[in-house]
Amino acid sequence: MANPAKKTVFAPWDDTNEKPLITFEGVTKKFGSFVAIDDLNLQIYTREFFALLGPSGCGKTTLMRMLAGFETPTQGRITLAGQDIGPVPPNKRPVNMMFQSYALFPHLTVWDNIAFGLRRSDMPRDQIPARVEEMLRLTRMEKFAQRKPHQISGGQRQRVALARSLAKAPKLLLLDEPLGALDKKLRHDTQFELMDIQEKTGTTFVIVTHDQEEAMTVASRVAVMNQGKVVQVSTPDRIYETPATAYVADFIGEVNLVEGVASPNPAGGYAIAWAEGQAPIVSACDKSIAQGARVSFAIRPEKVRITPDRPEGAQNAMQGKVHDIAYLGNISTYHVLLPTGQIIKAQTANSRRVENREFTWEDDVWLSFTDTAGVVLTE
Amino acid sequence: MRRFSWFNATSLTLGFLFLYFPMVILVIYSFNASKLVTVWGGFSVKWYGELFHDQAFLDAAWVTLRVALAASTLATILGTMAAYVMVRAGRFTGRTLFSGMIYAPLVMPDVITGLSLLLLFIAVGLDRGITTVVLAHTTFAMCYVSVVVSARLVSFDRSLEEAALDLGCSPWDAFRSVTLPIIAPAVISGWLLAFTLSLDDLVIASFTTGPSSTTLPIKIWSAVRLGVNPEINALSTIMISIVTVGVITTSILSKRNAVQRMRDEQKAQQA
Ligand SMILES: Nc1ncnc2c1ncn2[C@@H]1O[C@H](COP(=O)(O)OP(=O)(O)O)[C@@H](O)[C@H]1O
Ligand SMILES: [Mg+2]
Repeated sequence: MANPAKKTVFAPWDDTNEKPLITFEGVTKKFGSFVAIDDLNLQIYTREFFALLGPSGCGKTTLMRMLAGFETPTQGRITLAGQDIGPVPPNKRPVNMMFQSYALFPHLTVWDNIAFGLRRSDMPRDQIPARVEEMLRLTRMEKFAQRKPHQISGGQRQRVALARSLAKAPKLLLLDEPLGALDKKLRHDTQFELMDIQEKTGTTFVIVTHDQEEAMTVASRVAVMNQGKVVQVSTPDRIYETPATAYVADFIGEVNLVEGVASPNPAGGYAIAWAEGQAPIVSACDKSIAQGARVSFAIRPEKVRITPDRPEGAQNAMQGKVHDIAYLGNISTYHVLLPTGQIIKAQTANSRRVENREFTWEDDVWLSFTDTAGVVLTE
Repeated sequence: MRRFSWFNATSLTLGFLFLYFPMVILVIYSFNASKLVTVWGGFSVKWYGELFHDQAFLDAAWVTLRVALAASTLATILGTMAAYVMVRAGRFTGRTLFSGMIYAPLVMPDVITGLSLLLLFIAVGLDRGITTVVLAHTTFAMCYVSVVVSARLVSFDRSLEEAALDLGCSPWDAFRSVTLPIIAPAVISGWLLAFTLSLDDLVIASFTTGPSSTTLPIKIWSAVRLGVNPEINALSTIMISIVTVGVITTSILSKRNAVQRMRDEQKAQQA
């Protein structure tokens, strides 16, 4: 999203000749009788910035720890560059992890923390200082090389942890909620810094996060997880625009979900009957859905227009009353109560000052949207 | 601030008197010129001089020192290993039994420990001497070490070890270059504890020692049975001084460390 031109070019997952760097083949992980990862299949490609997104406890860390070698799958196999890594111990894997808690060695200086992995690699002794300096420059920590971890701030610790895990130039870098401890502003800066570093080093990144905005910002592809399963894997825009299930739609951003019964239109698309006495919603969805199937129609609040009168030639329009207004500074979300008792959210940019806004509580308004604005979900 | 009360002051005074009065008497009488323990005959340091010419005491001191060094070092190694296994090995069959058995010697009467070790040494035909005392002291001191070290390991951030493995350490290398340096203060306290325990043990040593290897506590005990003499007072005063200096130094050092650390952290937050 920061660099859309590059992302349209970089799409190894669409290239059938491209071999994935990592594959999960039917991987299950149980802790006792509890299933943390449930028959999971996944491909991650070289140079990807891959994000695992899901609520707390859905198995993201477990997935990472299996890649790093701290947990072994109960069933299935994981391959890295075509090789089954099941029997390879953590210290022999070309994988480095940046821990959620940073896990910096408190008894070593920043310099020695970064050199720690290099000293245990086959890099010649005399090249280590140059590599450490390079990492310090990359993360802008040159001035703090001789400090101990408790002598630097939280944000600096996080950069040292990143430098340490990048120093060995791993094929794969795992980042477990790397920015969790940072405040919002620093978080945004660091996200762009991470993307910059990923581009410079060409390393494949797998990042865990429970913050959907973060996943959307940094990732080339996002896997949305729920209860040990991957629900959808796709690019951030596809996940947002065409979520596969109501769970994904609801998890990523805000969404209006309207339940109804679908029937195909002769001219293509579907009409969704959703309430007595209301015109059906028309959607130009190209999925094949059986006549009379129960579906959810999902539409993002920013795709719903809100106007005082019924707009001319609107494909979908419904009348309601403003029930609530959430003012968020740059945008406002109007909660509109329909005669059927449902509430539909509509979002508009606040181009005027708040006291001059067009609508207020209890105003009668019209909501409208085009036939391509929403998606029809069968699950 | 709570108000000064006569009750608090009295109980404090009584408590400290109870603790330190006997020692103060001992120290004062070690500078007594008279040979009679109960009669003050003027200030003198002659018993200290005599002490350093008494070969039997010097020998006993040397034996005690060697035993304490060897036993505390062995106990520290074994106790640290036991603590590591118990904290890290997760659940395995017999874990509760195993940890219970490690801590049992803490509450076992010394007489029983001494007697059972004596029987063991006789059964395997081990001649009693320095070796058997070292073995016996190692046995009972290692559980103290393991208590001290496991208390530290419980709060040790496991991900530090995982980070070391992740960066290419073998499990042993990770222990040696990450875990050990970080838990070192606890290991050192464990060693000091084992050292003092061995230094002043009388019961177990008297069960397991041989005629050629009398330790200082045994020597003092047998000397006192013939009557307290000022030399013993001098010796005890020396021991008290060594312990006092040790305790004060360690507490000053750790206090200074803590203060330094706090300053560093404040500086880091401002940076
Ligand atoms: N070592 C373990 N033993 C038992 N249960 C575990 C263990 N590790 C993780 N779990 C369980 O597996 C589930 C997934 O955990 P985790 O992967 O840490 O979730 P996430 O990182 O997505 O928040 C959680 O319900 C957690 O309680
Ligand atoms: Mg987690």
